[in-house]
Amino acid sequence: MTLADFWFILIAVLWIGYFVLEGFDFGVGILLPVIGRSDAERRTLINAIGPVWDGNEVWLITAGGATFAAFPLWYATMFSGFYLALLIILLALIVRGVAFEFRSKVDDPRWRARWDLAIVVGSALPALLWGVAFGNIVRGVPINADGVFTGNLLTLLNPYALLGGLATLTLFALHGAVFLGLKTTGDLRDRSRAAGVRVAIAAVPIAAAFLLVSQVAHGNAWTDLTAAFAAAALLAGVAMLLRKREGLAFAGLAVTLLLAVVTLFGDLFPNVLPSTTDPAYSLTVANASSAHYTLVVMTWVALIFTPVVLAYQAWTYWVFRKRLRVTDFSVSSAGAVIRPGGHGDSGQRPGGPSPAARSGHRQATS
Amino acid sequence: MSVLDLARWQFAITTVYHFIFVPLTIGLSLVVACMQTAWFRTRNDVYLRMTKFFGKLFLINMAVGVVTGIVQEFQFGMNWSQYSRFVGNIFGAPLAMEALLAFFLESTFIGLWVFGWDKLSPRLHLATIWLTAIGTSLSAYFILAANSWMQHPVGYRIDPVTHRAVLTSIWAVLTNSTAINAWTHVFFAALLTAAVVMIGASAWNLARGKFTDVFRKSLRAGLALALGAGLAVAITGDLQARLMDSQQPMKMAAAEALYNTASPAPFSLITIGALNGDKEIWSVKVPYLLSLIATMDPNGTVQGINNVEKAYVKKYGPGDYKPYVPVVYWSFRLMVGLGLLAALFGAIGLWLTRRRQIPRSRWFYRAALGVVVLPYLASALGWIFTEMGRQPWTVFGVLTTSASVSNGVTSSSVIISMTAFTLVYAVLAAIAIRLAFAHIRNGAPEEVPAPSDSERPPVFSY
Repeated sequence: MTLADFWFILIAVLWIGYFVLEGFDFGVGILLPVIGRSDAERRTLINAIGPVWDGNEVWLITAGGATFAAFPLWYATMFSGFYLALLIILLALIVRGVAFEFRSKVDDPRWRARWDLAIVVGSALPALLWGVAFGNIVRGVPINADGVFTGNLLTLLNPYALLGGLATLTLFALHGAVFLGLKTTGDLRDRSRAAGVRVAIAAVPIAAAFLLVSQVAHGNAWTDLTAAFAAAALLAGVAMLLRKREGLAFAGLAVTLLLAVVTLFGDLFPNVLPSTTDPAYSLTVANASSAHYTLVVMTWVALIFTPVVLAYQAWTYWVFRKRLRVTDFSVSSAGAVIRPGGHGDSGQRPGGPSPAARSGHRQATS
Repeated sequence: MSVLDLARWQFAITTVYHFIFVPLTIGLSLVVACMQTAWFRTRNDVYLRMTKFFGKLFLINMAVGVVTGIVQEFQFGMNWSQYSRFVGNIFGAPLAMEALLAFFLESTFIGLWVFGWDKLSPRLHLATIWLTAIGTSLSAYFILAANSWMQHPVGYRIDPVTHRAVLTSIWAVLTNSTAINAWTHVFFAALLTAAVVMIGASAWNLARGKFTDVFRKSLRAGLALALGAGLAVAITGDLQARLMDSQQPMKMAAAEALYNTASPAPFSLITIGALNGDKEIWSVKVPYLLSLIATMDPNGTVQGINNVEKAYVKKYGPGDYKPYVPVVYWSFRLMVGLGLLAALFGAIGLWLTRRRQIPRSRWFYRAALGVVVLPYLASALGWIFTEMGRQPWTVFGVLTTSASVSNGVTSSSVIISMTAFTLVYAVLAAIAIRLAFAHIRNGAPEEVPAPSDSERPPVFSY
């Protein structure tokens, strides 16, 4: 195995991290209005991913940076080629990120409804478009002899890639529903599970079809195996959800996403971006990678710091492992800075937590 | 406009905009960490209220800074793919390190800080804000190391086969003298930005006699920080000027609109020059000063634009190696002037608030609000100066800007993205400013006394 091969694997690991982690927070965003019926409920759902979504998104930034450092030609061709698709993803991530931070800062239902819409759209668009992007990476795109993408946005919207987009959209939504089933109580937990089951009715056939088409067109012996295991993990996850075992269901979905990314990267290897114009123009692990010394440096950095990052992110999930109660968030203006009626200057929080919130809170802090 | 011009405009707009939020994120994270440390040590409620007040302001600001940062990383590949192919071996390394070492740190621990008030022990919770602050400063170091490589490329060779830059020493890139200087300069500029925000927010409340126990302290701290950080910005800027004189003499000459080599060289306060940048028409000058700044010797030689141009033509072949002088000249002067003005206000404010006084004059409070914009403008001008001053290069002496832009990207694509970013950014700025003002108006209310610790509602949540 060359160092470039190792970096191909490492970039797959970063995308696994991104899909497994941000996958569920995209799902929570997509299902926000379906599962959360009142403002307090929606706040609860958002706060379930509140401490972690930002850290989850860094997996994407690291994947981008690592691709730039280890495979500059892949980074350059893919990012300039997928221009408008990436633009839409960036705008969606911008709006979504500030929406989390800003939605509860003004105590006004219309303001919150607008940001809730931003969260839904800002989560659904990237969830769809990352699948479209990966479909195109595996399938190949028109690239000329200079390594320049010669297609346009419509080139990217082919049936196979769109199927990939629907697969990530539905899988992330399902992953999010399962996560909420794991993080909430009572009605919210029941509704999360019910939403998960409904999403699964679409997600299972779509994801299975996408993996099947991928394997028929691009597969090899060992990725046939990982694809089969991915499908099995998905079915197991849904079965666990039906039996109200959200923890195992979440693990099942995480394994599904992990194996799906492994399958796609396995199908892609040794290319990193195949050319549909002429296979000779394809970008490969060997011809798109950085020189040896850069890879050596980055390997040391990755080997030392990736475990550190994993350790403190895992610790974060441990700290926030408790289920959230809606009553903890019924003090709607806890974070608001603008309150209609001009009470902003009073310096008093209007109202206090209900007795139920107090006892719930006591448990949460103990 | 060509794809090149559009891509440059988009880079300028998104970078200057992103950097409105970055300095306050760096500076205020440290300030909030210090405030929380003060509370941790003294258990004085005033410091807790101060921590929460400035902490929430920090979060409003950081939200926009984080999301606009992703654009910066993607933009190199989208609009500057030829640049990315050429420098990826070197430039990609600090970017990837930033993500792995710094950005994970700040993003993960800010989540723990916001949501961990009642889940972590006070000591551990205090550690999370410090780790966030360290993450933001570290992040700045890697980004500035990447940028400094463009200003002063080191630790590389050009591969004779691929004609691309190849890394030969990561140590040289990370300890580039330009990077160390740029980081210290930006770090203190970030503290200066945090200082004026402390001054402005405190002054607004003090002028209305609200929460004086908190805001008198934070005003004094802000004024002292403005003076100290302002002086440090000036000193590090001066060190940078000397480096620039040896590494990028054209930029120094353009910053001074010094057309012909002079020893001693005067410092020009105002110069009206021909716009094509090859001669001066009228000027006001301080003798010896430029020589002193650039070389530490009042009689030192400073090279002029025309002389440097001749040397570059000889070295790099026929071409025009002059930046657009009026922008470089004025952005440099205004940056220096506005930064010094902010430091001066710190000194005046400290005098007016000595011995527990609270100034009564309305002019003081008006000025305190006005002073807030100074470091913001100075930072934006600083970036415009250093990036415009490097033109026509993206990597000084190695790769030109016109050879960096994406091939295969159409101008309509860039127009769409530039328009979209500009519009979305404008709306976000308006919202963030509105929220920040509303937060400042709410002030730093006293902690609601709870019968026991466990009865508080979640302190910070979405």
